[in-house]
Amino acid sequence: MPNIEHPAYPAATLLQLESLVPCRESQVSMLLSIFGERQQFSFPSIFIYGHTSSGKTYVMQTLLKTLQLPHVFVNCVEYFTSRLLLEEILIQLQRDATSETKQTSHVPCDNFNDFVRLFKQAVASQEIQDQTLYIVLDRAEQLREMEANVLPAFLRLQELTDRNVTVVLLSEIVWELFRPSTGCFEPCTLYFPDYSIGHLQKILSQNHPPEYSADFYAAYINILLGVFYMVCRDLKELQHLAVLNFSKYCEPVVSGEANERDTRKLWKNIEPHLKKAMQTVYLREISSSQWERLQREDGEPGQLKGLSAHTHVELPYYSKFLLIAAYLASYNPVRTDKRFFLKHHGKIRKTNFKKKHEKTSNHLLGPKPFPLDRLLAILYSIVDNRVAPTANIFSQITSLVTLQLLSMVGHNDQLDGPRYKCTVSLDFIRAIARTVNFDIIKYLYDFL
Amino acid sequence: EEREDDSEDTNLRFVTCQSLWNEIKSATEQIQEDLNQQLFDNLVSFLRQSHSEFQEKTTEWTCQMKSREIPTAALVLGVNVTDHDLTFRSLSEVLQNTVTPYIAFLEAKDCPGIKNLMQKLMGQLMNCYVDVDSPEDEDCVQVSQNRIRCSMTSLINWYNSVTKKTDSETPRKKRTSSSRHWQSPPVVVVFKDMESFSTEVLQDFIVISSQHIHELPLILIFGIATSPMIIHSLLPHSVSSLLCIELFQSLSSKEHLSTIIDKLLLTAQFPFKLGEKVLQVLINIFLYHDFSVQNFIKGFQLSVVEHFYTQPLSILCCQLVEAKNRVNSLSHNQCENIRRLPSFRRYVESQASEKQIALLTTDSYLKEIIQELLEDLHVYHENYVSVLRCLHVFTSSLPKYPLGKQIRELHCACLENQVWETEEYESSLQLARMLNKSDLVTMLQRCVEIFVSSSGKEFDKTVEKLKEFLTQFQKLEAEAFQEQDVSVSSQKELQKTDLYHLQKTLLELKESRRSKKLTKFEMLRFEVVDFIDSLVRNYLVPADHKTLHEIVYFNTASVLREHLNAAPRIALHTALNNPYWYLKNQALKSDGGSISNKVPDICIVYKLHLECGRLINLMDWLEAFSTVVMAAEGPNADAASSDQVDDVIHARFIQAVSELELLGFIKPSKQKTDHVARLTWGGC
Repeated sequence: MPNIEHPAYPAATLLQLESLVPCRESQVSMLLSIFGERQQFSFPSIFIYGHTSSGKTYVMQTLLKTLQLPHVFVNCVEYFTSRLLLEEILIQLQRDATSETKQTSHVPCDNFNDFVRLFKQAVASQEIQDQTLYIVLDRAEQLREMEANVLPAFLRLQELTDRNVTVVLLSEIVWELFRPSTGCFEPCTLYFPDYSIGHLQKILSQNHPPEYSADFYAAYINILLGVFYMVCRDLKELQHLAVLNFSKYCEPVVSGEANERDTRKLWKNIEPHLKKAMQTVYLREISSSQWERLQREDGEPGQLKGLSAHTHVELPYYSKFLLIAAYLASYNPVRTDKRFFLKHHGKIRKTNFKKKHEKTSNHLLGPKPFPLDRLLAILYSIVDNRVAPTANIFSQITSLVTLQLLSMVGHNDQLDGPRYKCTVSLDFIRAIARTVNFDIIKYLYDFL
Repeated sequence: EEREDDSEDTNLRFVTCQSLWNEIKSATEQIQEDLNQQLFDNLVSFLRQSHSEFQEKTTEWTCQMKSREIPTAALVLGVNVTDHDLTFRSLSEVLQNTVTPYIAFLEAKDCPGIKNLMQKLMGQLMNCYVDVDSPEDEDCVQVSQNRIRCSMTSLINWYNSVTKKTDSETPRKKRTSSSRHWQSPPVVVVFKDMESFSTEVLQDFIVISSQHIHELPLILIFGIATSPMIIHSLLPHSVSSLLCIELFQSLSSKEHLSTIIDKLLLTAQFPFKLGEKVLQVLINIFLYHDFSVQNFIKGFQLSVVEHFYTQPLSILCCQLVEAKNRVNSLSHNQCENIRRLPSFRRYVESQASEKQIALLTTDSYLKEIIQELLEDLHVYHENYVSVLRCLHVFTSSLPKYPLGKQIRELHCACLENQVWETEEYESSLQLARMLNKSDLVTMLQRCVEIFVSSSGKEFDKTVEKLKEFLTQFQKLEAEAFQEQDVSVSSQKELQKTDLYHLQKTLLELKESRRSKKLTKFEMLRFEVVDFIDSLVRNYLVPADHKTLHEIVYFNTASVLREHLNAAPRIALHTALNNPYWYLKNQALKSDGGSISNKVPDICIVYKLHLECGRLINLMDWLEAFSTVVMAAEGPNADAASSDQVDDVIHARFIQAVSELELLGFIKPSKQKTDHVARLTWGGC
């Protein structure tokens, strides 16, 4: 007894469809009821939302393909301007109409008005005549970045073109964030919930390798989900991880140490391995190909340093001091400069000049902008020998900005005295300061 | 009658300079190529592997199920951004030759949005097809860029068309192309300055291309200046999970510099030498300011040019054989130049009186002697390098490195003055006298290697001596073996005593050790260290003690500093504060504190503004200006202008103030009317 039923389509096709979209039966049958029969006008626009990898794109694609409904599928990230997007829709329509091999001529389409006109032409030349045409816009949140009329016009495309067309928007965010202030046609919204752990188990187990039994692979997926479900619910990523680590799981079976039923032994073998994978390959600290190589060679992942292990940045001597000076300028209040950098500052206690509202640490508030002059003044007082204000010093400040270690605040008049912010972390600056034997903690107001 | 430039051999100098520099240049290029070799080899093998895997076994279960990531090489190149261009250029060459003709280089400044990025990318790729494969094939070029839709689909269509075309080419052509690139070569996209790219652009591009990775074998290369952490801070996990990132690190620029110094300066191959101060300036700029090896080489080039430009005798700065020939054809003028060299004068003074006269009067005799001296200098260089390396073997393994860890520091110390008179050298020797045997033996072995491979001819005896030391050490080892049981028994006695006795015996032991005669090993160690010391005293004489060193050594550090480490603010201050410095007009010579009215108006205004605080009252400033200008006119003029400032002076003042504003010293202030704000502080 199939879960998906619809009088317009043959039962065999529906059964096939059901096998292709596990755990999404209710959404599919809902969509089918909205779509109605081939010739019936459907709802003008449908908005489908749900988290990453909740099967929106996949379900739409399989549904339209299996039932052979006329459709156009466009990713809005890829076609980043309205012109590209509209042209792509027209090109796909033309390609459907003519034979695939023949190159279609390129029609420029600059605005929505042209689009509506060309769209009518394109639909007229097709053999679909009265069937509903579906235009699916994946990653529809990008439409908000385009001209203001694009989104409302797509929502009313049926009305504007007076053709049997339905626009389906797919997005990861809710409809409320789309609604323009001027108002628009409200689409029919449909929510795709996240896959539960049971769903994931079912879906992932479906594609087992031909040389092993389904049960064996399902047991493996069970262990995998036990480790990764806490951090990752992305189906695609889990699939990827499952494939990467499967050969390790099979190792005892291949070598004859255990048989396929020996779950405990297999679990003992794979569990620490998966945990390591979670810290390395899942975070892209090391690449999947490196991970596979390690597995083949039976090496320890410890030998391979991840990306984050390489934090050390070698800088020229004065650049180091410039960065330290910038850090001090960013995190110390201006009035404390006297205390830190003047030789005879007297004994000012912190309590004396600490005002009530200043209880929060500057490190929690983040870096503050400072003028160039202050940076140089601090630089001159923290470097032991005399520093001449040469062109090299100034160009070093600019290099630090291009390296994203400093950032320029406000790009207004250069003569006005540019202002900077120091963007490096405390750990980073401490490492830098250590290399030049500068005790930076002594100079930070927060740590007084 | 001879023209003056001919007497100083300008043309010959120019030619010599050119040929020398070309030699040095090709040597540096070779060095850099060798240094990058390892990195490029790794990178190329990564690029080759990354897509071949999928092409070979598409039917396998793992390959079908695994999500296909974009192969990405994170190329960490160090903070010397100026050098990256060169690396990328040679990388592009290597890739063109071995992996793929389809390479695009993207820079952040060209790619503020995804649209610009795609345009740039397609522009570069579609042109590169024309360059590399068939220049006669014109129809591809004729598609103007505006007509191509700027999307991934068009890129894929282009890729299919070009790869198909190479397949259907004539068999002869096909063979040549397939030997270089395989069937469907990947498309390599290089992000030259990863740090500067905006995260949205990168994310969009990666998301788009990951959707088409099956149709377009794309490989990304991220050029990273800081640390690979930047990838994680620029890209969220959802995007970085689309990448298969591998890390490649280039040689650090410090090591790079060491190699360059080692191969360019510490060799007798090139006749031109850098003096201590000049070398120090170049190294300081490198270490303190930019870490750029390219700039170091540029500085080296400048030194070469300066040397040949300023030193007429630099025609002798060439290979020894050639130099000797040139000595014979020296003009009288040039002989006089030689007689004027300080080092040569010192040499003359040390000679017997009749020889002195001959040297100063007879050109032919002088030429003979010069040839000898040049030969001397050449031999000195050959020996110097070997002994320096040998000394470095010792000093680089001492604790705390009293003479520096790098050979360049040792080199500078030796050039500066007689190294054996410095405290650091003394403490190094002391430390060397405490080295253990195995270290000492390995060092001696390395020294033997250095001397054997050196070009110097005087080292046969030295090598012999060193080898003798080594055999003596071996003998000692055999003897020590026999003595061992004695020491073991004495230790056993120590174990069975209480604390008091232990202390006592220890004290006695110490006492006996102090008074005890040196062991054979210690004696030998002293000998070795003394021998090394004698080598140093013989061969590491500072270059400026050598006669005729001026010919091959460039020592004018100030010129170099002026050119390479410019101080614009100081220059500006000097110009405004003391215009005589640049204008060389006698009238402008300032006599100290007072402000002369002969200097240009802007200088007066500048000097007056130096005495003000952050905000300057324009009225007061004008009055002060007018006082200075009128001072020369005498007392009667003073009375006339007591309350009303002359219009001309007023205009001159306004003009000068505007000029000052243009130079960035002041700006109009909104805090107070009739005031301007100072933008500089301090007197430089």
